[in-house]
Amino acid sequence: MHAHSIRQLADLLSHKDISSVELTRLFLKRIEEHTELNSFITVDSEKALAQAENADKLLATGEASVLTGIPIAHKDIFCTKGTLTTCGSRILSNFVSPYNATVVDNLERVGAVMLGKTNMDEFAMGSSNENSYFGTVKNPWSPERVPGGSSGGSAAAVAARLVPAASGTDTGGSIRQPAALCGITGLKPTYGRVSRYGMVAFASSLDQGGPLAQSAEDAALLLAAMASFDPKDSTSAEREVPDYRAGLDTPIRGLRIGVPKAFFGAGLDTKVGAVVEQAISEFEALGASVREVELPASRLAVPCYYVLAPAEASSNLSRFDGVRYGFRASEYTDLIDMYMQTRAQGFGEEVKRRIMIGTYALSAGYYDAYYLKALKLRRLIADDFEQAFEDCDVLMGPTTPTTAFAIGAKAEDPVAMYLNDIYTIPVNLAGLPAMSVPAGFDEHHLPVGLQIIGQYFDEARLLNVAHQYQHATDWHTRIPEGYA
Amino acid sequence: MPWESVIGLEVHVQLQTASKIFSGASTAYGADPNTQASAVDIALPGVLPVLNEDAALMAVKFGMAVNAKINLHSVFARKNYFYPDLPKGYQISQYEIPIVADGLLTIDIDGESKRIGITRAHLEEDAGKSLHEDFHGMTGIDLNRAGTPLIEIVSDPDMRSASEAVAYLKKLHTLVRYLEISDANMQEGSFRCDANVSVRRQGMNMLGTRTETKNINSFRFVESAIEFEIERQIELIEDGGEVVQETRLYDPEKNETRPMRSKEEAHDYRYFPDPDLPPLVITEEFVEEVRETLPELPDARRARFVEEYGLNAEDAAQLTVDKPIADYFETSVAASQAEAKIVANWVNGELAAHLNKDSLEIIKSPVRAEALAGLLDRIHDKTISGKIAKEVFEAMWSGEGTPDKIIEDRGLKQITDTSAIKKIVDEVLAASATQIEQYKSGQEKVFGYFVGQVMKATQGKANPQQVNEILRKKLNE
Repeated sequence: MHAHSIRQLADLLSHKDISSVELTRLFLKRIEEHTELNSFITVDSEKALAQAENADKLLATGEASVLTGIPIAHKDIFCTKGTLTTCGSRILSNFVSPYNATVVDNLERVGAVMLGKTNMDEFAMGSSNENSYFGTVKNPWSPERVPGGSSGGSAAAVAARLVPAASGTDTGGSIRQPAALCGITGLKPTYGRVSRYGMVAFASSLDQGGPLAQSAEDAALLLAAMASFDPKDSTSAEREVPDYRAGLDTPIRGLRIGVPKAFFGAGLDTKVGAVVEQAISEFEALGASVREVELPASRLAVPCYYVLAPAEASSNLSRFDGVRYGFRASEYTDLIDMYMQTRAQGFGEEVKRRIMIGTYALSAGYYDAYYLKALKLRRLIADDFEQAFEDCDVLMGPTTPTTAFAIGAKAEDPVAMYLNDIYTIPVNLAGLPAMSVPAGFDEHHLPVGLQIIGQYFDEARLLNVAHQYQHATDWHTRIPEGYA
Repeated sequence: MPWESVIGLEVHVQLQTASKIFSGASTAYGADPNTQASAVDIALPGVLPVLNEDAALMAVKFGMAVNAKINLHSVFARKNYFYPDLPKGYQISQYEIPIVADGLLTIDIDGESKRIGITRAHLEEDAGKSLHEDFHGMTGIDLNRAGTPLIEIVSDPDMRSASEAVAYLKKLHTLVRYLEISDANMQEGSFRCDANVSVRRQGMNMLGTRTETKNINSFRFVESAIEFEIERQIELIEDGGEVVQETRLYDPEKNETRPMRSKEEAHDYRYFPDPDLPPLVITEEFVEEVRETLPELPDARRARFVEEYGLNAEDAAQLTVDKPIADYFETSVAASQAEAKIVANWVNGELAAHLNKDSLEIIKSPVRAEALAGLLDRIHDKTISGKIAKEVFEAMWSGEGTPDKIIEDRGLKQITDTSAIKKIVDEVLAASATQIEQYKSGQEKVFGYFVGQVMKATQGKANPQQVNEILRKKLNE
């Protein structure tokens, strides 16, 4: 039962073969049995069961939607009324939100049942989930390896089938990279497609929420509920949310795939490269055509990102000052010392590093050389994509340069860690939608992710392309040993 | 060479929108602490700002009133600094591209007009308040004010004296109230002024080092603070010292400014465009729509009052300093037979004195414009004299009813019956043999005595003109 997709569970629920309460108990039990992964920060059984009861009533009336009664989890970056929202940080370790994020409201409205809040890198800063105040998350495929980050708790929980699907956020790869490393399907929508209201901000111009699921079909179901135009978010796109399921079965014959040369250069693990090439040839077999494209400015994406994202973060994280909510140091001498002690003790090393970098980049005398220069680069990177899409429908390449690495392997080398997101970061800088889908395994039986990048607001096509691939292959159905 | 002072003002004006600039919370003044602070205002994790369009509309209105350029594309930026009453750790403001630029305000100084440039006016949010009293060594934070919309109006350094600065400030104060974009209440902090002051030898082109004096909350304090600062700087330089660029604070109790922070301690605000807010884009159509809502502005109205009603410049200026006063005047004029000049005298005289005594705004006046018109009509048709009218006004002020009712109730109707007046005059003259002697021997001023006696005998109700005529006639017989 726990290995069922949302699609399958929805059928069981609508045929009354199982109730939402039973389903909820089943997954709550699995979460309890698999604490070794450390994928959850908070499990709220009481709230979950209350929601499940309501869902069962709704199911009985026949007014249910496809997500009614389906258990899900939220990354602990989304504010959830009445439950802890920690963002993986000590500074919010006691923060109970008085309001729901729009994404949380949207899923509640269709009757989804929230089991709890998943572990993450502190303030979504990290690619390994080692930066959580609540401890490292383990990869279900190999417990001594990282699940990726920052949505590592969501990815590990879905991969281990502790929950059918979960939300995540992606600022530089934080949905796609853990999805790839955990062998599941993850989608980062176009910037503005999913409301950021109630999603604790890391880098406002890059952050975007999206689903982590077992399949493209499930991701489509989830995205349809998560996405909305939100008047509370001034960067939200005022356009209708299409029916993402409607086009899933459309054949992809004639699809024009662009393969960025830049994504297959030095640094890419040969086995990962081979798996991705194999996947792309699978698409050719399905009738797609493949051409090489140039994304010359993309090689500058990582340094560009590591100016812009920390700059925004340094300002976004200023509100965590110990004055109004959250952690406050117990001893201090005056106001300035209260700020310093609170923030020194409340933030972890990586968060502090990025606040320092961002503060520096915005300082008088450096602003032009760093922040403004990075903004110009960002434009160039977006222009490259625009040009590539002139004669391609989607772009394909690896999601990450390697498969899951060992816990601790890159912890002391921030730059090596940052390079993990070398293929995902350009997409955030351009604001485009992209997915990672499971495409095979390396020699250590670790999953490899294929990244599919689409044009602005072309999520429906991405999902169609991924679904057709998953129709032809079964990589997405593989479950790590011990969790099947 | 004599000294010349150079002054520029930064004025923060709270806009009277119903809700805050980036949240739906109310902006009303005086609520219990933190009862008007929403999730956005207290900067909970995850909240986002959404611009209140009314604030932009009011800024555009201001820009038009000072003949400024309206930037159709302006950008919100974050000004980063830590302070407990600044919940986000940054203030949302406008930096490189403000909504309003290059405006002009004309002031009158010693009978001459002078143009003061307005560098820019930008939209921003107000901070909360730190309360240092009543918390036993701790500080209370009230975030009701956090997120209240402001326009910060920055002048060019065009003023050369404290009195010019005050004239500019008063002009600005009148203007924003006319535009109905702010109540501009200085005590409540909805109209606040920072003064940039420097001095130099007359004839020099280069500006001296300036100081910025913060948060001066009355016209009088602005004058005193600037005068103090000019004196201080001149003395400092004459004693061989140098002015240090710094922020200073005015202390009204000691009437002095003192250093708050130096240039070295100045914040690096790390301004950058706010990624949560797209650029503020205004269409030409919107600008035109706003233009149509502009009221007649104070200068134009003052000129019209002189032209249309034949008022002198001083009366016209006094009447147009505040829109409700000018409105009151015009309503009265329209409703009354009396000459506009008489109405002006009453509004600027009796009415102003009563409002002042009871600390009332004119819109709260117990004597409405139409009622005043009714009273002045009774003077006009000679039912009562101007003097009796003051008594009637007093009674109207305390709520005794309409002028006609009061005149009736108190029997104040003027005596205009010639034979009745003659009779009283005869009685007075019969009892004033000594005074008649004096008058006839050339003491003209004794005439006033006879008038007084007649008035006394009629409780002031005799028509003064008729009394004069009859007395003259009788005495010269």
